[in-house]
Amino acid sequence: MDWGALHTILGGVNKHSTSIGKIWLTVLFIFRIMILVVAAERVWGDEQDDFVCNTLQPGCKNVCYDHFFPISHIRLWALQLIFVSTPALLVAMHVAYRRHEKKRQFRKGDQKCEYKDIEEIRKQRFRIEGSLWWTYTSSIFFRLVFEAVFMYAFYFMYDGFRMPRLMKCNAWPCPNTVDCFVSRPTEKTVFTIFMIAVSSICILLNVAELCYLLTKFFLRRSKKAGNPKHHPNHENKEESKQNEMNELISDSCQNTVIGFSS
Amino acid sequence: MSWGFLHHLLSGVNKYSTGIGRIWVAVVCIFRLLVYIAVAENIWKHEQDEFECNIKQPGCENVCFDHFFPISHIRLWALQLILVSTPSLLVVFHVAYRENHPNQKLYKAPGWLDGGLLCTYLISLVLKTAFEVVFLFLFYKLYDGFKVPSLVKCDLRPCPSAVDCYISKPTEKMILLYFLVATSCLCIVLNLSELGYVMFKYSVKCYLKRYAKKRQ
Repeated sequence: MDWGALHTILGGVNKHSTSIGKIWLTVLFIFRIMILVVAAERVWGDEQDDFVCNTLQPGCKNVCYDHFFPISHIRLWALQLIFVSTPALLVAMHVAYRRHEKKRQFRKGDQKCEYKDIEEIRKQRFRIEGSLWWTYTSSIFFRLVFEAVFMYAFYFMYDGFRMPRLMKCNAWPCPNTVDCFVSRPTEKTVFTIFMIAVSSICILLNVAELCYLLTKFFLRRSKKAGNPKHHPNHENKEESKQNEMNELISDSCQNTVIGFSS
Repeated sequence: MSWGFLHHLLSGVNKYSTGIGRIWVAVVCIFRLLVYIAVAENIWKHEQDEFECNIKQPGCENVCFDHFFPISHIRLWALQLILVSTPSLLVVFHVAYRENHPNQKLYKAPGWLDGGLLCTYLISLVLKTAFEVVFLFLFYKLYDGFKVPSLVKCDLRPCPSAVDCYISKPTEKMILLYFLVATSCLCIVLNLSELGYVMFKYSVKCYLKRYAKKRQ
C-alpha cells in the first residue's frame, strides 16, 4: 500500500468526473504527490539530524526542535493529500452502489433493464445528474474545506510560509536563549511556496468545477421549466450525440494522462 | 512480503462484505495503512538515536529507552493493523472451502450472506472489534494514556542518579497517536453498526419466512 495504490483507487473515479475534475486529478498526482515523494521527502529527510543548536546541553536540541516543529511540513502535506483525495471515494461508492442495483435488476430479469450483459454494466459510465450530482458536488465541497483547513493550519503553525535560518530557543533544559539553525532553509522555503501555489491552483480548479456544475444544474432546471412539452426522441438523439462527444473528449483526456504519466 | 500483501488481502475481502464492510475496508486502507506507511513510519524511524539522556554514563540511555518503550508505538500500531485485518480471512477461507467441495451448498451470488457464511462473518466482526479494543487498552496501559511526554526521569542502573531523558518529536508523535485512536474508534463504530445491521437483516428475513410459512 503506497501512493500508487491511491492512484489506482482514484483512477477509477476519473471515468465519472468532469473534464475539470480530470485536470485536478492530474495536477494532484503529478505536481503534488510525485513532487512530495521524489523531492520534498529528501529535502526534509535529515531535518532533525541537521537541526543544530549552539549548546552542548543534552536535550536542548530535542526540546527546541519539538517546540518549533510540532508537526513537520512533510507530514502535514502527506496528511493533506490523503484527506483531499478521499472525498472522491464518496463518488466511487455511489457509482459502485448504482452498478450493484443495476446488476440486481439484470439478474432478476427486469424488462426495464436495457443492458445485454453484466460486462456492459461494469463498463458503463454514469452521467453526473440526480443523486450522483449531489454526491459529486459534496465531494468537491469537502475537498475545498480540507484544502482551506490545511493551508490555514500551515500558516498558523509556521507564522507564514517562510522557513527562517535561525531560531532563538529558551525552553528548559536550555541554559539560556540559544541559537538553533535549521538545515536547508532556502530549499525548504522554495518547496513550501511551490506546494502552497499548487494547493491554490487545486482550490481554483475545485471552485471552477463547482461553478460549472451549479451552472449546468440551473440551466437544466430552467430548460425543463421553459419547455414542459418536449419531443423525447429528438431530445434523446441530441443527448446521445452529446454523450458521444463527451465520451470522445474524456477518452482522449484519459489517454493523454496515461501517456504522460507512463 | 510487505504492506501491499495486506492491501491485496483486504481488497479481496471486499467482494463478500456488506456496504458498511466496504467502508471499513476503505477506512483501514486509506486512513490507517496509508497514513502508517506515508506518515508515521518516518516519525518513529530514528527514535532511539534521537532519544537523549543528560548523562555520559554508557548504557544509561539504552536502559532508559528500553524501560520507557518496552514495545515501540509504531510496532504496536503495525501489530494492530495486521491482527485487525486477519479475521476477514475467515470469510475468504469459508467461501474457498465451499467452492472446493462441490457437495456443499454453493452461494447464489458473490456477497450473498446466509447460513454458515453469515455465522463466519459475524464471528469475524466480533473478533475485529475485540482486537481493536484490546490494542487500544494496551496502548493506554503501556504508555499511561495517549500522551507522549517530552521529558522522562530515569534512575535505573547503570544511571548513577535520576537522569533527565528527552524524547524526540513528542508533539508529532502525540498527534499521530490521537489520529490512530480516532481511526480505531471509527472502525469499532463501523464494526458494531455492521454487526447490528446484519443481525437485524437476518432476523427480519427469518421472521418473514416464518410468517409466509404460517400463512400457507
